Amino acid sequence: MATAVLRASLVAVGLVWTLAVQTVQAEDVKRYVVEGSRAAGLESCVEPTERIRRQHMEFIKHQRIATVHEGIRTEKYSLSGCVDCHISYDQERVPRPINDPDQFCGACHAFAAIDLNCFDCHAAVPNGARLDATAIAAHRAAGVGPLVQSRRDGEDH
Amino acid sequence: MKDENEAIDEAVDPSRRAFMGVAAGVTAAVVAPGVLLHAVAAAPRSEPVTADVRWGLLIDTAKCVDGCSACVAACDRENGLDMQSKPESQSPLKWDSQKAVWIRKVKLQDNQTGRVTTLPMMCQHCEHPPCVDVCPTGASFKRADGIVMVDRHLCIGCRYCMMACPYKARNFIHEAVHGQLTAVPRGKGCVESCNLCVHRRDFGEESTACVDACAAEGHHAIVFGDLKDPASPISQLLKDMPSRQIREDLSLNTGVRYSGV
Repeated sequence: MATAVLRASLVAVGLVWTLAVQTVQAEDVKRYVVEGSRAAGLESCVEPTERIRRQHMEFIKHQRIATVHEGIRTEKYSLSGCVDCHISYDQERVPRPINDPDQFCGACHAFAAIDLNCFDCHAAVPNGARLDATAIAAHRAAGVGPLVQSRRDGEDH
Repeated sequence: MKDENEAIDEAVDPSRRAFMGVAAGVTAAVVAPGVLLHAVAAAPRSEPVTADVRWGLLIDTAKCVDGCSACVAACDRENGLDMQSKPESQSPLKWDSQKAVWIRKVKLQDNQTGRVTTLPMMCQHCEHPPCVDVCPTGASFKRADGIVMVDRHLCIGCRYCMMACPYKARNFIHEAVHGQLTAVPRGKGCVESCNLCVHRRDFGEESTACVDACAAEGHHAIVFGDLKDPASPISQLLKDMPSRQIREDLSLNTGVRYSGV
C-alpha cells in the first residue's frame, strides 16, 4: 500500500513538473519577443511555431540564394528579421547579441550543441537596419551612423 | 448597296458606347498604378535582377583630386570596413597590406612628362570576370545586372580569385570581424570586394557611397548608372567624352571606365 501511494505521488509530481517546465519554456519564448515588433502582433512566427522550430535553417538557406544571387529582399524568411523581433536589451537599452548563450538563438543552439555560424558574418544586433530609402537618406543627412555596435560573435559555444 | 452601309454606320447603339467607355476607364484604373509603381520603384526588390540593366561607373580622372580620399572613407563607412582594427601582434606594414579596402586611391606618374594622375581603383565589374572563371565553388559570381560579387556562404577562402584579378581589387578577411552592419555581412575566411553598394541597388537607391561622397566634396569625379540605358547620364557622358577601360588588352569589358588616363 505504501509503495502504491509513493508510486502514485511520484507520477503526480512528475506530471506537475512536466507541465511546469512547459509553462516556463513558453514564458521564456515570450521573453524573447521585442515589444512592438512585427512578431509581437502575430500568433506565431512567419510559419507555425512547430515548423519554424524544426525548419528555420532550411527556410533561411533557401532565402539566402534568392537574396544574394537575385537581389530579392522581400522574402518572408530573413535572418535580420529574426534579429529584429527576437533581440533583447539590457538595462541601458543596449541590445544583447542574439547568439549569446542566454539569448534567443544562442540558448537553443547551446542546448542542442549546434555551432551557430550565422553571426560570424551577420550582425547579431540590429545594426544600421535598412528601413527604407528615404529614412536612410534622412539619417545620412543628419550625420547619424549605425546605431549600435555588436560586441561579440558566436565563438563562446 | 452603298446606302445600306451608311445606314449601318449611323446606327450606333448607345449602350455599346457606354460599355466601351466603362471598359476603358476600368482598364486605365487597373493598369495606371502598375505603370506608376514601375516608374517609382523605390521599395525593396521583390523580383529577381535582370540583364536589362548593367551597372557601371565612369571616373573622370581630371576631376579626381590628389590627396582627397573621400570615396575611400565613405566606402569604409558604408560597408563597415572602418570597424577593422590592427591585431596587436601584427606589424603596421603587414596590416597596411592586409586590411580590407574596397577602393584604393592610385597615383600614376608619366616619367617622361612628369604628369601625375590620381584615380580610385576598385572592382571593375568585368563582363567576363577572371575571378568568376577561376572560382572552384561558384562563390565568385556575376549578378544578372553586371555586379561581380562573392557569395560568402559558398566562399572557402582559397583566394584564387585574388590572384586572377588583374586589378588587385579583392581582399581576404584574416581576422574575426565584430560589429558588422546588418546590410553588409562580412566575416573571417572569405574574400570580398566592391559590390557597387548592392544593398543600395536592391533598396532602390540611386547612387553608391563613393559617388555621394565625391559629389559632397564638390568634385563630381565619379558617375554611377546603367550602361545599357542610352538615356542614362553615364551613357551620355561615355558617348561624349573619351574614356578607357584599364587593361583593355585583356578584353574583359569592364563596367568601370576611366577618362583622362
